[in-house]
Amino acid sequence: MPGAYTGDEAAAYAAKQCRVDVVAAYPITPQTIIVERFSDYVADGEVDTKYLYAESEHSAMSACVGASLAGARVFTATASQGLALMHEVLYLASGLRCPIVMAVVNRALSAPINIHGDHSDMMGSRDCGWIQLYAENAQETYDLIVQAFKIAEEETVQLPVTVNLDGFTVSHATESMKVLSDEDVDKFLPPRKPIFKVDPETPITVGAMALPEYYYEVKRQQEEAIQKSKGVVKMVGDEYGKFTGRRYGFMETFGLEDADAAIMCLGSTCGTVRSVAKDLRAKGKKVGLIKLWTYRPFPTEEFLSTIKDLKALAVMDRAISFGAPYGALCSDVSSALQNTGMDIKVMNMIYGLGGRDTPPSTVREVFDEALRTAKTGRVKERIRFLDVRE
Amino acid sequence: MKLSWRKTPIAGIIFEPGSSAEYRTGDWRIEKKPIINQDKCIRCLICWIICPDVSINRLQKPYGKYEETIEVDYYHCKGCGICSAECPVKAIEMVEESRVVA
Amino acid sequence: MMVALKDLPKEEPYAPGHRLCAGCGPSISVRMALKASRGPTVVVNATGCVEVSTTIYPYTAWRIPWVHTLFENIGAVAGGLEYAYEALERRGQLKGKVDIIALGGDGGTFDIGIQALSGMLERGHDVVYICYDNEAYMNTGIQRSGATPRGAATTTSPAGKVIPGKRGKKKDLAGICAAHGISYVATASIGFFGDYIDKVRRAIEVDGPAVVHVLAPCPLGWRSNPSDTIKLAKMAVQTGLFPIYEIIDGKYKLSLKPGRLIPLEEYLKLQGRFSHLLKPEFKDELEAIKREVEDEYKRILSLAGEHVT
Repeated sequence: MPGAYTGDEAAAYAAKQCRVDVVAAYPITPQTIIVERFSDYVADGEVDTKYLYAESEHSAMSACVGASLAGARVFTATASQGLALMHEVLYLASGLRCPIVMAVVNRALSAPINIHGDHSDMMGSRDCGWIQLYAENAQETYDLIVQAFKIAEEETVQLPVTVNLDGFTVSHATESMKVLSDEDVDKFLPPRKPIFKVDPETPITVGAMALPEYYYEVKRQQEEAIQKSKGVVKMVGDEYGKFTGRRYGFMETFGLEDADAAIMCLGSTCGTVRSVAKDLRAKGKKVGLIKLWTYRPFPTEEFLSTIKDLKALAVMDRAISFGAPYGALCSDVSSALQNTGMDIKVMNMIYGLGGRDTPPSTVREVFDEALRTAKTGRVKERIRFLDVRE
Repeated sequence: MKLSWRKTPIAGIIFEPGSSAEYRTGDWRIEKKPIINQDKCIRCLICWIICPDVSINRLQKPYGKYEETIEVDYYHCKGCGICSAECPVKAIEMVEESRVVA
Repeated sequence: MMVALKDLPKEEPYAPGHRLCAGCGPSISVRMALKASRGPTVVVNATGCVEVSTTIYPYTAWRIPWVHTLFENIGAVAGGLEYAYEALERRGQLKGKVDIIALGGDGGTFDIGIQALSGMLERGHDVVYICYDNEAYMNTGIQRSGATPRGAATTTSPAGKVIPGKRGKKKDLAGICAAHGISYVATASIGFFGDYIDKVRRAIEVDGPAVVHVLAPCPLGWRSNPSDTIKLAKMAVQTGLFPIYEIIDGKYKLSLKPGRLIPLEEYLKLQGRFSHLLKPEFKDELEAIKREVEDEYKRILSLAGEHVT
């Protein structure tokens, strides 16, 4: 069914169709529309979800953990400072294997305070043990949220998932997109079947203290679960594709069949990159795009086979990893390449902090630079800050 | 009990309720242990309700006019002495461990 | 109406073999509270002595479902559980009522967890919140909390040469909770166990949030004799330092008729944390504390409509 939705509205609508039992959330720009729309559904009796109006994001995520442990299907949403305030609870959600789904409307972190888009928030919590998916637009936000519940609740996974969408560019922009019927969502996503739950019939102790003799085994098992979830991400993406004609998985590529140089990035900027790449290819330039949907677990093997014929790769990071050799995404790329013997020149481009626009002209510059590197085999600057006043 | 990471229960959950009962805390008693004088005891149950270590057992074993016998669970009793201090009829004596014939 | 000990359930949802100290007041408070349960019960426990010492993997002292996540969030976790049970019941996936007890120490309640508690009370979750108060952060080694009484020495409010222990009053937790307009708040002491167990039961029976603030001495932190735990819990009430009362729909009701108070010194001298106050150089400080205790006691009496002399 076609319709016009903003990214936030698409997120709320997806959660509604997924028949979530409990929502616990706190408003924050630019996520607010999600919680407002969901409040409308509750107020109008369109859902029988219990909505817990938390007094902070810390409590919102804590309530999500409680509800999820009880066996409920749980959804929440946040952004920026809200995600930062949730930080310690994120580790509980993954450590206690709660298949919560959360929309993260990516926004810059203070200071200085700024309400616009970048990926500093999620990158600051990237090691929290959550599966992390990135959407390019409202359509993908919707599609990924529906898939996220299925991935999270799969018996072998039992892990929380974030679906990331860029603040304002996606969250507040209205797009024409397609949604499934309620019946189709029901068919795709059956009710949650928890593998354990806190209920009076099963007197289990959840959250015990594991001293050095036991802690490590629990965490090793958790790492196995997220690594193994790759198979589930792929399976669910394929199944969704058969169902809707929109296939998902780890990444979408454009022009990689014969590209010499490519740009890799996350989220809405991929749209600009694709459009510029199309123009350049029309002029005979061999350029391409790697858009990651699945940032965690990082699809190392699949990524390496995708880039095997590339000569140069510009990795665009929309967050600074202060004091590190590269931004977060580029660090992952570099470590994935380690010991492979592949000779691909990698350069890191930091861009779009605090909502700074990244116009097609900037992307063209990045492609030019990458093509030059592909030709010369020399990286001029290992890290470059795009569109910042010098 | 020390399992490989593959076999460790998910999320570090303990599936066996009350498993701490296996753990001996009676070793913590360093000086004295409570001895209940069954003849003095009036079965008021104060020692039972105030014991921090769930170490006062109520046995369905008649004694004199009483249906219950009140006994100390020495496997768990830490010897804090609250039972003795609060007993309204002074029926519980704290006795040096060394003087007690097991 | 006080329930007779012989009529309390013999079942022990709380098992022996936990690693709490000998003579631990909080341990007693937990066990007594569970004697008041009326049916299927789930406990949400904040980080603290009770949480750590009762669930050292692979051992658990809990025979009923028990959840621990963090220090400051039990109000929220309990709320999430309640809503989930409601949603699951609506879907036919859960039968019957589940009672939820949120259990936190004074640090987890008075200080770091007060926001989540406030949110829980404001939203009206049907949860019983029990704060076991041993008047400092005992789990981390006796640091002062918002519940530490004036003058008590802790490792972060030591009795120094110029500053004699903790500065500032203990927060009025019951008053703070009652100010949310909830229908049941009570203070209690493990020294008056019949009264305490009754209050927990009443709190469970209330439809909506209820709070029981129970004084539970800590021999380690109070530097008292482990066998004195119950005695001290009684004396705290009998000196007027820790009055026990209920606040039912905003109305205060004293649980113990006011009689002659025991001199505060009798209580202080049994505890190492107050020993400095009995030295001549801190005589003025002791007098100030006694005045403060008396004023606070009179304030509660007057709220309860009792005659103040």
